[in-house]
Order: sequence, then C-alpha cells, then structure tokens
Amino acid sequence: MATLIRSLSSLSRSSSKSSCLAARLGGARSLATESKSIRRTGLYDFHIENGAKMVPFAGYSMPLTYGDVGQVASHHHVRNEAGLFDVGHMVQTTFRGPTATAFLEHLTPSSLSSLPAYTSTLSVLVNPQGGIIDDTVITKHSSNAFYVVTNAGRRDEDLPWFTTQLEKWNSPEGPGGKEGPVEMEVMEDWGLIAIQGPQAASYLQSLTSYDLRELTFGKSAYVPIEGFNLHVARGGYTGEDGFEISIPPSHTVEVAKLLHKSPVQLAGLAARDSLRLEAGMCLYGNDLDESTSPVEAGLSWVIGKDRKETGGFIGADEVLRQLKEGPTRRRVGFIVEGAPARQGAKIFAPSSPEPIGTITSGIPSPTLSKNIAMGYVQSGHHKKGTQVEVEVRGKRQPAVVTPMPFIKPRYWRG
Amino acid sequence: MQTSLRAALRQRTAFGLTRGSPFTPTKQQFIRTLVTKKYTVEHEAVSFNDTTGLGTVYITNYAQKSLGDVVFVELPKPGTEVSLGDQIGAVESVKAASDIYAPVSGIIEEINNELETQPGLLNKSPEDQGWLCKIKLSNTSEMEELLSEDAYKKSYES
Repeated sequence: MATLIRSLSSLSRSSSKSSCLAARLGGARSLATESKSIRRTGLYDFHIENGAKMVPFAGYSMPLTYGDVGQVASHHHVRNEAGLFDVGHMVQTTFRGPTATAFLEHLTPSSLSSLPAYTSTLSVLVNPQGGIIDDTVITKHSSNAFYVVTNAGRRDEDLPWFTTQLEKWNSPEGPGGKEGPVEMEVMEDWGLIAIQGPQAASYLQSLTSYDLRELTFGKSAYVPIEGFNLHVARGGYTGEDGFEISIPPSHTVEVAKLLHKSPVQLAGLAARDSLRLEAGMCLYGNDLDESTSPVEAGLSWVIGKDRKETGGFIGADEVLRQLKEGPTRRRVGFIVEGAPARQGAKIFAPSSPEPIGTITSGIPSPTLSKNIAMGYVQSGHHKKGTQVEVEVRGKRQPAVVTPMPFIKPRYWRG
Repeated sequence: MQTSLRAALRQRTAFGLTRGSPFTPTKQQFIRTLVTKKYTVEHEAVSFNDTTGLGTVYITNYAQKSLGDVVFVELPKPGTEVSLGDQIGAVESVKAASDIYAPVSGIIEEINNELETQPGLLNKSPEDQGWLCKIKLSNTSEMEELLSEDAYKKSYES
C-alpha cells in the first residue's frame, strides 16, 4: 500500500500542506495520462463496468470509489455490512524448498519454524541497518512452502531484494546450496480479492460447504467456492472480520462477480485508507520506510520470542539493540482537535518551539467523527494521554496520544 | 402624450421587474440590485451584488461532490485585506484538505459562522447556505475576468 497517498496526491493526499481545489479535482487525470506503463489488474474491466473512478496507485490503475458511493458511505458499508476490494496489485509470491523456513527467517524477524501450518503472520523485511524494506503477510503451508504477500508499491525493491538474497542463499557456500535450495515464484497476474466486514463470513459461507467457523483469524485454507478451490486467508486491512482470496488469472473475473452480490458492495482505495487508519494499520510509504525500524514502528510484536534472543536475521543487530535500549522515537496514535492533521504535520510539546515528531497519516475518522492520526514522536512523549500540539496551516492544535487501533477490531477468533 | 408614454413605459418596466424581466431599468428611477455570479478554475464561485459591493464566495457544487463529506472549514478573520489569489482558508473532507483562494481582491466583510458547527452545509447547500465569506471588492473589474457558468463547466469537462 506504499504509495496510496502519494499516487492519489491530487485526490486524497494526506498532507499538512493542502493544495488548491483545482489540483485536487483535476490532478488525477493528468497523472494518469502522464504515467506511461501503468499496469492493470485482471479486474480492470470489471471496475470500469461497475462505474469505478480509476486512479494511478503503486504503478497500477486502481479503483478509488465506485459510482456515486462516496468514501464515507463506502467506509460505513464495510464497517456495517461488507465490501469487496481488488487487491490484485499486491505481489503474491511462493517460496518452496527444504530450507524455505530458514531463508524467510533470515529475511524477517518472525518465528516461522514455530508457526503452525496454514497460519499467517504479519512480518517485515528488514535491511542490514534494521530499517523496514516492506511489511508483508507470510502464510506457512508447510516448513518447505510459504505464500508471501508484499506491497505493489515496493515491488521494484522487494523482488530484487528477494532475488539477491536467494542467489546468495542457494550458492554452493550458502545454506540453500548445502541443505537444499529455495525456489521463488512470483504469482504474476493472479487475482487477490478481499471481502471485509461483519457480513463477509455469512455471505462467503453461502457459497461454500467448508465450515468457515473453523477458519479463525490468521488461518488459511483451500476452500471450495462454487467449483473453484481457492486459497482463502482470514484477515485483512480494515479491522473487520474478512477474507483474502487468491484466484488464478483465468478465474478472477468470474469469482469477483460471484462475490459481488448484496450485501457485498465494491469498495475502493479511498475507503481502504480510512478503514486501515482507524484499525491502526501502517501504510508503507507513509508510516513505514527504510529508515524506520520495526521497534520504532511499534511492530516489535512481529518479532518472534525466540528471535528476540537469538537474532540471526538481516538487521538483527540494530533491531535487538533498539529492543534492549528502547527506540529514540515511536509510532503512536493521536486524536486531534480542530482541523484534521495529515501527513507531514509537525508535532510539538505544548507551547514548545522545537518539533518532537511528524504525523505520517491522518484523517477525519468516519466511524468516530473525530480526527485521528498516527505519527512518530520522540520517546518520552509517546505515552497514552500525553498532550501535544499539531501544526496545521501554521496553527497549533491540541492533540492527545491515543492507543491504536482507534476502533475495536472484530476479528473472528472462534 | 409624452407623459402618458413615460408612465406606460414606467409601468411596463415595473411590471416587467416583478416578473423578473431581464431588462435593466434606468438607475435614476429605480434602485435595482444586479447580482452577477462568476466562477474560477479553482472551483469557487462569487456572486457580486452591485448595490452592496459585496462578493459572496462559495465552493461549487461540482467541488463539493468531488471532495465528499466536508468535516472542517477554515475561514479568514473578518477585516482581513486580501488580494486575488491569496489563500484565505481551507476545506477539509475525509479525502483531502483543499485551500481556498481569494477569487477577488478586497476586505473580508463577513464569514459564515454556521460552518464552524455545520461544515456539512457545504455539501447540502454549496452555492447557497454553505457560503464561505463576503468580500468587499476593491476592484470590481476583477469580476469581469472570472468565468461564466458555461466557461467554468467547460474548464473541468474537457
């Protein structure tokens, strides 16, 4: 989701520096025509048929909203009923081979050896300096087979990173060379559809004999859906119960049509952004970048217990040092009074001249009717309830450090 | 004869006026307010009242539709002197923050305080109850430089 905000700069840019209405309303079009080799997911025509407003995002032409359904209405529909998101721009990759677990444990701080089969975990790819190359969801099928989903906006960084690391790993001197190689396969053009919302499960259940009650949050399975046997992972990017369904290229449109029936409504990037922010989830490019460690980002929980002791992953030295000594800055949530604080807004201690941090994402929350934001502050100002000030258009506004998620997640835990 | 003609004309004019005649009466006889509404490529509208010299500033219906639910409006302080193109405020929706620029030069005479508690008026009634501010124009000829409704529509439809 790296470049959601960047690519939508003219329509839904989260920025402390607002731009004129004309740039807002007209810019997407010019951006679109400027982009030469913009990619399409298998659902491009389906989106157009359904009245999508398409915008460039992470190198893809993606739906922002559909028809006359605005961002707020779409957001509420997902929170109250169910929404269907095309996330086919995201990069789906499999890693297979006898040393697949060790290879991914080399690239991430996750405890994948102890992860049960058909279970997913949020993780991070870490660079040698301890910075986050990308955030990712890793699903273990067995100790020698993994399914990994990474951000479209980081495709050009992630895939070369995987390839380089894999070459070293599989070289004669590498662990792969000695104990068996790992093969990587990018699932080009495969569809990925998320259905999210409290009605998602009952709707999907109507299409399958598989008992979805057994598929709890973070689990995945091959589920027969109207003749297709599809990889379904329970989870998502909204804070609601839901599923992410991986579909072979030839069936993506058919499955999308099957899933897109009342009460499931098509939802675009606009709603996706406000939903994920309410759920306290990071958007790579806004809230995470290569200079940010998982400890600073409040993602220490993705580091496996044993890995905190033994390390052994790229970037471990710095990550473990920060775990021990504490990071100098931390990602926290805020509730902001007055005007919404958006990406780039400076954070100050009350009546103090020097900034103590920066907002990385912020919106008026459709669910809470309050301005919510996340950003980084110097350690010491990060505790729940800390009063700060956020500068919007030259004016300081009171804000308070607030735990995330801002809404109560409704995951199905059985 | 001349007198009755004049009277008849006067009558006709008065009659016409009540029906919203497009004819402009002579100024010596009537104080008639002429309101002209013009647009900017920044998706703002100004309706200028030639009696009061005030231009009321709005965002257009097209703008409010595109922005979606407005949740916050920042307006200038009354008494502020503004020049054409100055940033005078902002409109925030869930989607975005958008600056509002002065479509004409002058002094901010009045702002719409209702918007503080009801920013949604911009969506409900963008070119009426959701007005932003009134500017006492310092150079009324600036109105002539703004776009007609047709020209404005063409500016975003093309």
